[in-house]
Amino acid sequence: MNPTGRGHDWLLHGVLLAVAIAFPFVLPSPFWVNFGVLALFYAFIGQSWNIAGGFAGQLSFGHVVFFGVGCYASTILQLRFGLNPWLGLPASALAGGLMGFVVAFLSFRAGLKGSYFALITLAFAEVMRILTNSVEFTGGGLGLLIPARPAASNFQFAERIGFYFVILALTVLSIAVAVWLKRSRFGAQLAAIRENEDAARALGIDVFREKVKVLILSGALCGMGGAFFAQYFLYIDPMIAFGVDKSVEMLLVSMVGGAGTVYGPLIGAVLLAGIGDAARVLTNVQGLSLVIYGALLVVIIAFLPNGLIDLFQRLFRRRGGSRGGA
Amino acid sequence: MLKVEGLTKIFGGLRAVDDASIEVPEGRIVALIGPNGAGKTTLFACIAGFHRADAGRITLLGQDITGLPVHEIARRGMVRTFQITQPFARLSVHENIAVGAYQRFARRDEAWEHARRVADQVGMGAQLDQPAADLTVAGRKRLELARTLATGPKLLLLDEVIAGLNPSEIVEIVEIIRRIRASGVTVLLIEHVMQAVMSLSEHIYVLSYGRIIAEGAPREVVGNPAVIEAYLGRGAAERMAAGHAGAGHA
Repeated sequence: MNPTGRGHDWLLHGVLLAVAIAFPFVLPSPFWVNFGVLALFYAFIGQSWNIAGGFAGQLSFGHVVFFGVGCYASTILQLRFGLNPWLGLPASALAGGLMGFVVAFLSFRAGLKGSYFALITLAFAEVMRILTNSVEFTGGGLGLLIPARPAASNFQFAERIGFYFVILALTVLSIAVAVWLKRSRFGAQLAAIRENEDAARALGIDVFREKVKVLILSGALCGMGGAFFAQYFLYIDPMIAFGVDKSVEMLLVSMVGGAGTVYGPLIGAVLLAGIGDAARVLTNVQGLSLVIYGALLVVIIAFLPNGLIDLFQRLFRRRGGSRGGA
Repeated sequence: MLKVEGLTKIFGGLRAVDDASIEVPEGRIVALIGPNGAGKTTLFACIAGFHRADAGRITLLGQDITGLPVHEIARRGMVRTFQITQPFARLSVHENIAVGAYQRFARRDEAWEHARRVADQVGMGAQLDQPAADLTVAGRKRLELARTLATGPKLLLLDEVIAGLNPSEIVEIVEIIRRIRASGVTVLLIEHVMQAVMSLSEHIYVLSYGRIIAEGAPREVVGNPAVIEAYLGRGAAERMAAGHAGAGHA
């Protein structure tokens, strides 16, 4: 919300976008493009968490519920109703947003806050996982397989670079939303709610309504992440779509990078994808990446409570720049 | 401007506010005083919508606002501050005030400019970029005032914005409150600091054990035996009168 340094911000956005566009041309091997896709994917769903958890302070521990309904919405519409998977993107946004409304309306109407809200979101995700596991319509525990028919018109690309640019576009969209939140009335009201609900209410902010709105927004973005994921891997099942690990990853990338900041989730996501690949390449211990990541989280919370972005901002300031506002 | 009739609030077996009626005419500074635990803050919380009253009626500008949610009451022009200050701690002073200003201006540049003007008005112009968490007690009380003022209220409910300040800070904030009134805002304040109340307010209500026991101009109220007893204990008024008489004879 700092009015100064606006020029620096736009320069930063521009440079980062240029780097992201150049990346698959500089490092065109499938390994690196896959790395880019996963990093951006985590940045995108991490940002969706960050919008509710970081900007509005509504910490969710079951954000995967929005991701999962997005996965199933686009996949079921495609398999059972023949909808073009590109249209699955807006459909999954709708499904995620609707889920956001349901979760927010029920939880906030009941006055759940803080850790109680976090727990209820986890419960919603688990209920959805069990439901999709036991219902024929969703393919049950076997999951749903999307037949491979590579064609750009079919949202399946023969080359990974196609996916790369789709997820890049989604990530840019999510960052644009975050920048808008930093600079808008809605964002200021969310920050007020995050800091002190009673004081926000006393100033005339309809706290319940704004919290429901932000969860719809966050859920819609996260739902699109689900549609993208389904198209990239062409397979979903209840554990993939509603498993707790993705909820944790979304929260981790935001917290490690810097919750409530525009570029925090991106920083955290690049690190998570990097550690993941490094752990796979260097060892064959399953899940080692999350162990390393967890240890890193402990260190960061102890020494950089505002996330890694703090480190960047300190360096930036020391070089004589103004506050980055990122 | 504001009319409260027969307001009662019961917590368990305690009648925290008992059949209290007060009236705040437009353009005035009215004070609500009373000993600790008299129910002043509870009465305030009921008026502002934070507590639902068990009985009674509240009208603001001729409209019944009893039972409306807090934000709805605030949007109609009656905004409160908190006795225990509630800053948006990790936001700057400017951002804090802008949250209030955004209630009037949807556009960022207008809201920020308005916030800057309000900050100057309460003497915080030099602290705009400071995080709210770093402010002193006096600074936080000013910030409460600035934030509410930025919403463009018709009636300000000030909950002990003077208590806890040093004498020179008191002089400053009293001056600020006077200027706020001069700009057309009506003020209802709760206060402990008698001297400030005496010099600021035109009409005083005294609350004791949840009941309004006296009201009137400041001079009338301080001489009222019921008020003296409420503050100093049963029999205090007589002893004081006797003391004065004795001093007169000597």
